[in-house]
Amino acid sequence: MSAHAVAAAEFVANGSRAAWHDQALWFIRAKRDNQARSLPEWEHLRELASQVKLHTMSNLAGLLEQFDENARRLGARVHWARDAAEHNAIIHGLLAERSVRRVVKSKSMLTEECGLNPYLERHGIEVTDTDLGEWIVQLRDEAPSHIVLPAIHIKKEEVGALFHDRLGTAAGATDPKYLAEAARQRLRQKFLAAEAGITGVNFAIAETGGFVVCTNEGNADLGTSLPPLHIAAMGIEKIIPRAADLGVFLRLLGRSATGQPITAYSSHFHGPRPGGELHIVLVDNGRSSLLGSEDFRRSLNCIRCGACLNTCPVFRRSGGHSYGVTVAGPIGSIINPARDAAEHGSLPYACSLCGSCSDVCPVKIDLHNQLLTWRREIVARGLLAPAKRTMMRAASFVLRRSWLYRAAGAAARTALRISPRWLVYSRLNLWGRQRELPEPPAKSFRAWYDEHQEGR
Amino acid sequence: MRIGLFIPCYVDQFYPRVGAATLRLLERFAPRLATQPWQSVEIVYPREQTCCGQPMANAGCVEEAKPVAERFLAAFRACDYVVGPSGSCVAMVRKHYHGLIADEAARAQLEAKTFELCEFLVDVAQVDEIAGNFAHRVGLHQSCHGLRELDLGRGSERMLPAFNKVRQLVAGLDGIELTDLDRPDECCGFGGTFAVFEEAVSCMMGRDRVADHRRHGAEVLASADMSCLMHLGGLIRRDGEPLRVMHVAELLCEAMGLRIDVD
Ligand code: SF4
Repeated sequence: MSAHAVAAAEFVANGSRAAWHDQALWFIRAKRDNQARSLPEWEHLRELASQVKLHTMSNLAGLLEQFDENARRLGARVHWARDAAEHNAIIHGLLAERSVRRVVKSKSMLTEECGLNPYLERHGIEVTDTDLGEWIVQLRDEAPSHIVLPAIHIKKEEVGALFHDRLGTAAGATDPKYLAEAARQRLRQKFLAAEAGITGVNFAIAETGGFVVCTNEGNADLGTSLPPLHIAAMGIEKIIPRAADLGVFLRLLGRSATGQPITAYSSHFHGPRPGGELHIVLVDNGRSSLLGSEDFRRSLNCIRCGACLNTCPVFRRSGGHSYGVTVAGPIGSIINPARDAAEHGSLPYACSLCGSCSDVCPVKIDLHNQLLTWRREIVARGLLAPAKRTMMRAASFVLRRSWLYRAAGAAARTALRISPRWLVYSRLNLWGRQRELPEPPAKSFRAWYDEHQEGR
Repeated sequence: MRIGLFIPCYVDQFYPRVGAATLRLLERFAPRLATQPWQSVEIVYPREQTCCGQPMANAGCVEEAKPVAERFLAAFRACDYVVGPSGSCVAMVRKHYHGLIADEAARAQLEAKTFELCEFLVDVAQVDEIAGNFAHRVGLHQSCHGLRELDLGRGSERMLPAFNKVRQLVAGLDGIELTDLDRPDECCGFGGTFAVFEEAVSCMMGRDRVADHRRHGAEVLASADMSCLMHLGGLIRRDGEPLRVMHVAELLCEAMGLRIDVD
């Protein structure tokens, strides 16, 4: 079994937790439906967003240069990082030059992808994630399990126990308000003590050189208002051409992500604040090779709303950690194999190909088709598990010969009918572990047709 | 005019009743396709057919799928229409033969003439509502491929006007009561080899679907796709759930009093 299947089976084995996880995410999917329904122009917006992104991707180099130029004009310093290592080194360099020991960081999946936290900690710098969910998983020494709801896999009782342990809150406390307040108090100290603030970037605007960070807790503002140094890390696909395009994406993002009409804080940054420094790190880390691939280019349209995760029946029941990657779920199963197909080649198979992700995606990425295309790619590169390949070869051998197909079918049905139950439902029969096989009829349709239909 | 009966391999082997019911429905409704009194509408069952190639194609095994797809094309070459009782197999032929069939023009032709049974009845044979009697509470299971790839209905993710071709066919039966669901069109978890290689998630998905139908009082679980029903039915039988599982073709035949003489 693939790594995902094994981890997923473990998650499912805790039935009540899996059911709770599924329902929590479905609740958000339902909120998204309500919000999407409230806009008569929803499908039009999706089309518009996907067109803007298509345009962006075919002009990416030019738009990035334009952004670089405009951002510099506004007084920001722009850095280019080819991969995760360069990204980490640039950020560490900036912090070390200024002898920064304490950093606050608002939500950024990119820094997760690059492993920034452990890297900085190894260099003696304390990083505090200021998004409540991210901070919770950080305290637990875990990775986020969802790109928008990083702690969705953790129950409030567990948060209560964690906070009791780490923050000295009352034992057995589960009231979200009380726990959030305790977190706020502790995080406030972190904000006050920080010497630098790191943020992600949701949208960078080529035309103006400004960028937007969306948070629900306002922690991007807090983290960048006090310390003199602001470092913003962005994947190169986060660019959009004009300020006028922003509205399309902001309207889609909040609704698709959490079912809010708009994210609570959309903070705009145009150059450093007076007396401060602003650095923007543009990160490739495999993105330009995705851009070069006809089949998977559209995955760069992603605005990381997480809607495909929430709607995915597999993600909801297997949990984000089962994917073993920073960006999990349907979109993650496309972009991660692109980085390392040998390592993540089983992810495109962690999918029933139901297609719900493609229809929910606000930028119209044809996710399930790309997952299918990935499977072809995995096989073409010889990375499919040999047992599966052999199975498919055998099936193909039989199915291209009508007589053999008939004979094999009859033999299988007979075998099923006469074999004792213990033999049919052996350990090797994964279908039959929890399900009955179909009851084999005496005759195939074909045989019935020959007897009853000929000459009718 | 020739209508080719497409009976997917697993239906042929395990659900001959569904094949027979499909045939009976076509015999009943296809004659109306004749536009001239001297025109005949013939329903044929090409013997060379085996499988559409979906199991191999879905695993990514293009080379293994190609000869099977070519066999399919050859089997139905002489037909004007190809009609089958399985949304996902029909979606395979209609949406995923690109790159599997060498002759591009032939592929395009095949795509254009291949229909899922309900779709064929509604769109081609122009059947509006079927007269019959089926006095049961029925839960309709939407097959994902039927819904999202063949557009048999509008999925709950899309903000477009609602329609549903399968529902439309059964809704007018006397006595039928169609139940609603909390999650109208979530996947049942079959997904071909997914059902085997991701067995734990697949079964949880299936049980959740069955529970949703039970919660809303369905007595009969019906679908236009037998593959979903093979999986759901397997869970229902193992768990001893009091739900009868039927393909929509069987349901319609029973409602119309058409005999399916398969034992
Ligand atoms: S792929 Fe689409 S639905 Fe999924 S996170 Fe990205 S934008 Fe959202």
